[in-house]
Amino acid sequence: MAKVLSLAALLGLWTLVAWLTQSPLLPSPMRVGEAILVDMQSGELPFQMACTLARVVAAFVIAFTLGVAAGYAMGRWRSVDRYADPWLVVLLNLPALVIIIFAYIWIGLNETAAIVAVALNKLPNVIVVTREGARSLDPNLDEMARAFRFSWQSKLRNVIMPQLAPYLAAVSRSGLAIIWKIVLVVELLGRPNGVGFVLGSSFSLFDMTRILSYAISFVALMLAIETFVVQPLERRTNRWRRRAA
Amino acid sequence: MNDARTDGAAGPLEIRIDSKTYVSAEGQAVEVIRDLTLRLDAFSVGALIGPSGCGKTTILHIAAGLDPNFIGHLRIPGQGRLGVVFQEPRLLPWRTVADNIRLVLPPEQSFDQLDDLIDTLGLGAHLTHYPGELSLGLARRVAIARAFAVQPDFLLLDEPFVSLDVAVAARLRDELTMLTQRRQVTTLLVTHDLEDAIQLADRLFFLSMRPANIIAEMALPPPRGARDKATIDEIAEQVKSQVPGYASGAART
Ligand SMILES: Nc1ncnc2c1ncn2[C@@H]1O[C@H](COP(=O)(O)OP(=O)(O)O)[C@@H](O)[C@H]1O
Ligand SMILES: [Mg+2]
Repeated sequence: MAKVLSLAALLGLWTLVAWLTQSPLLPSPMRVGEAILVDMQSGELPFQMACTLARVVAAFVIAFTLGVAAGYAMGRWRSVDRYADPWLVVLLNLPALVIIIFAYIWIGLNETAAIVAVALNKLPNVIVVTREGARSLDPNLDEMARAFRFSWQSKLRNVIMPQLAPYLAAVSRSGLAIIWKIVLVVELLGRPNGVGFVLGSSFSLFDMTRILSYAISFVALMLAIETFVVQPLERRTNRWRRRAA
Repeated sequence: MNDARTDGAAGPLEIRIDSKTYVSAEGQAVEVIRDLTLRLDAFSVGALIGPSGCGKTTILHIAAGLDPNFIGHLRIPGQGRLGVVFQEPRLLPWRTVADNIRLVLPPEQSFDQLDDLIDTLGLGAHLTHYPGELSLGLARRVAIARAFAVQPDFLLLDEPFVSLDVAVAARLRDELTMLTQRRQVTTLLVTHDLEDAIQLADRLFFLSMRPANIIAEMALPPPRGARDKATIDEIAEQVKSQVPGYASGAART
């Protein structure tokens, strides 16, 4: 309820300021809404959003898979950690823009470069969080699984994953938020489609209506994914915790 | 450093620990066990008795094959089918009681065949609960059910009755007696309670303080599990007079 009220207030404020300034640099919510509808019907908006979303998903899957594997290995084995940690520190401290430029220059102005750049930006964060999770694994349960001869699949499913779940959920959440923002930058710099590309070209035309309509649509899409995919998943993995409380 | 192997199901349990050291927090090596030899006949119940901190859990971990860092020799009965009741229940908090038990079942065993075991341990009403919802006593019972559900040839129990209230402990003791009678299983029970040991075991092993070794060993007259109060008291008196240092409280906690 508070959420709805606060959003309504924001919308009201926006309408008011737009009406007061009467400037093309701040179109009213009505005009932006109209623009969204028009571009929806023409198929332009869904197409651009789909391009961006596909990149978000691809980069997310790659960063997540590699990051969880590497983070787990580093958290579990000291020697791996000692060798891999300096790389991690370098990667953590490389600015997103530098990674993007390197990827485009070395791999070329193509889809692979775009996705690699985004995945590389997210990767160190996934590694750090998973490593933290792997370090906190309960050695007692590990022994229990060994004593009872759990297969590695069973151990992964029943012993390790449930302990890593809160860490993986946190990383997915923050991951989604960071990744889509970086995808927009990547698109702006070197892709002929996607929401980032549209924002870039609208910027050169000072087309605020278009910028706002695309930005808002994409934020809404990401919020929907967060609310209807990420949060329910998180609730499911935490079911035993609430029951036990 | 050590060699471990398993024998046929009917083989005895043999543990020889020439030396076991831990590295303390200050980085010093502390020898907790030295020159310990323990032999337990197939299908019998042995009780390890000693003060807390003497190394009972350490010996059990070594027997379970969970700790390869010792100098010595280990021969385990059976094909490695092992049931363990750890000192703490060590259940998976995110799995229900039923799933905790189901997860350890050997392929030929179905959960429905465990009705007797579940009944005996009084777990029927708790199968859908999560471990966090259970009292310590109940969680212990689940851990015991899990160790038996494996259909073990070799069973290790680490102080299964500690910190339970008297009535629950008494019931658990009876249940354990029944369970070890129903199934032929070589069992090593760790306890610091002499009466527990006398009630449940065929053979008692008394441990000294650090570095631990076996200071006395006593075979009890059969049948185990059917000794009445008077017999238990009588054996306890015998222990106190025969085991060096026991009556003086050196081995008491
Ligand atoms: N992981 C460990 N690191 C260092 N010392 C340990 C470790 N585990 C046990 N010890 C020490 O070894 C001794 C024996 O411990 P334990 O086998 O748990 O005794 P008990 O089960 O008889 O109470 C204790 O003094 C304990 O402090
Ligand atoms: Mg102990």
